[in-house]
Amino acid sequence: MPIISIRDLTVEYDGRRVLDAVNLDIEHGETMVLLGASGCGKSTLLRQVLGLERPKSGSILVKGTDVTRCSEAELNTVRRSIGVAFQDAALFNSLSVEDNIALPLREHTRLAPSIIELVVAMNLAVVDLAGSGKLLPQELSGGMRKRAAVARALALDPEILFFDEPSAGLDPIVAAELDELILLLKEAFGVTMIIVTHELPSAFRIADRIAMLYKGKFVEIGTKDQIRASQDAHVREFLDPTPEEMTKTPAVAAYFEKYLQNQEPNQ
Amino acid sequence: MATVLEGVGRKTIDQLDYIGSLNIQLWATLRAIRSTLPFVGNRYRWRASVKQMLQIGVDALPMVSLMAICTGFILAMQGAAELRRFGALHYVIDLVAVGFTRELGPLLTAVAVSGRSGSAFAAEIGTMKVTEEIDALRVMAFEPVEFVLAPKYLAALIAVPCLSIISNFFGILAGGLFMFFSTHLGLLLYFRYALDSIQLHDVITGLIKSVAFATIIAHVGCLEGFRVSGGPDAVGRSTTSAVVKSTFLVIMADAVFTAIFYFTGKM
Repeated sequence: MPIISIRDLTVEYDGRRVLDAVNLDIEHGETMVLLGASGCGKSTLLRQVLGLERPKSGSILVKGTDVTRCSEAELNTVRRSIGVAFQDAALFNSLSVEDNIALPLREHTRLAPSIIELVVAMNLAVVDLAGSGKLLPQELSGGMRKRAAVARALALDPEILFFDEPSAGLDPIVAAELDELILLLKEAFGVTMIIVTHELPSAFRIADRIAMLYKGKFVEIGTKDQIRASQDAHVREFLDPTPEEMTKTPAVAAYFEKYLQNQEPNQ
Repeated sequence: MATVLEGVGRKTIDQLDYIGSLNIQLWATLRAIRSTLPFVGNRYRWRASVKQMLQIGVDALPMVSLMAICTGFILAMQGAAELRRFGALHYVIDLVAVGFTRELGPLLTAVAVSGRSGSAFAAEIGTMKVTEEIDALRVMAFEPVEFVLAPKYLAALIAVPCLSIISNFFGILAGGLFMFFSTHLGLLLYFRYALDSIQLHDVITGLIKSVAFATIIAHVGCLEGFRVSGGPDAVGRSTTSAVVKSTFLVIMADAVFTAIFYFTGKM
């Protein structure tokens, strides 16, 4: 049975359809990358799976609980078994890095303070931030903040880890380091991971399977090799973007045509 | 004509939506406020409440005191200018003492707290929304109302009435200083006359108003923060809106309370 099962999920904002009856199954221990261009609905899908928004129709089963219909208490039970590393880290600025990681442990467990301290130190070591625990989030670099967010996401030993655009805003070296960290987590903890990204090198490095979204629909779901071999026009456009193809899109071509027509009488 | 009616209808619905949201938020906070109490609640929420009390109360003390002293002087001087013509200068004592206890102490404090803390609540929560910290709280199975709002509300409920009492004292003290310099009336004698002119129900009505003002300031500030969507400019707008709306509602509530107390013979 899949750990996450999305069925006929449709999401609309003010009548505008953002996700259109999408279906996806994610298996235990799998690393699923949601790939797609900006605005295709990746982050919306993530927010739906996390129960942050309710859809127009469809269902999302996370560990057997339908997060689109369950009560807040049931949702919180599901949420205690997941960890999320947000795009901008979303660390609490008033708390030190240590306190950010300790927060879910203090609030949701009965662990002794010394044990919590130990877990925090271990998580900081895992993300290579040992020695930075006393710093405030605003004192960290972008890459360090993202790693601190991963450490916080790991605090409650989650079964499922979500990453929203982990490489966004990072230089290639730091982005590659973060990919290594994700691979390490997969090997060390065997957690199921859902990663939202539009970075191709990162996606092909860390994914077991890739689900390619285009305008609110999955156009291809498969292994890395299946995606590479896909003949779907949208997948090909995303994988091999060329300037000629970009200018061939109807909207851009129409714009330039109109622009040139308007220019001619003046010349 | 249809457009005008449409506009009026839309504005009315917006205002009703706002008032409805305030009531829903207030109800949710009252349900969560137990968690902020010492001994029976969560110790981290109580600590957060104490921190907020220091920010709302202690940090505002110099400003509120100075405002009260200035207003006390103004009231005494304006009153004396008129009352002297009727040989009733000693009524300045009643004017300042009763005016501050019933009205000016709570109102001045509310205006000061609205400007300082109401805007700070909106800015803090608005920033947390923009940086996804509120979402992070939710996916970590924390209830933002309990985690963010309830400590602020409890702190305001305690700090605002305390500040009002201090404001009353400094306002009345300023009246005493005016009487000392203008009529050489001793301060001890002035305070005895002032205490004679104040009735217990004056103090109680003033404190009831303070509690209502604290509720308005905390909830309008927090609601403005929670309604932020978009980028940092939205945070700026919410801050301004929090001050404008809370000051307006405080004055409206003051008028309603004063009318109730007047017509029920509590004045």
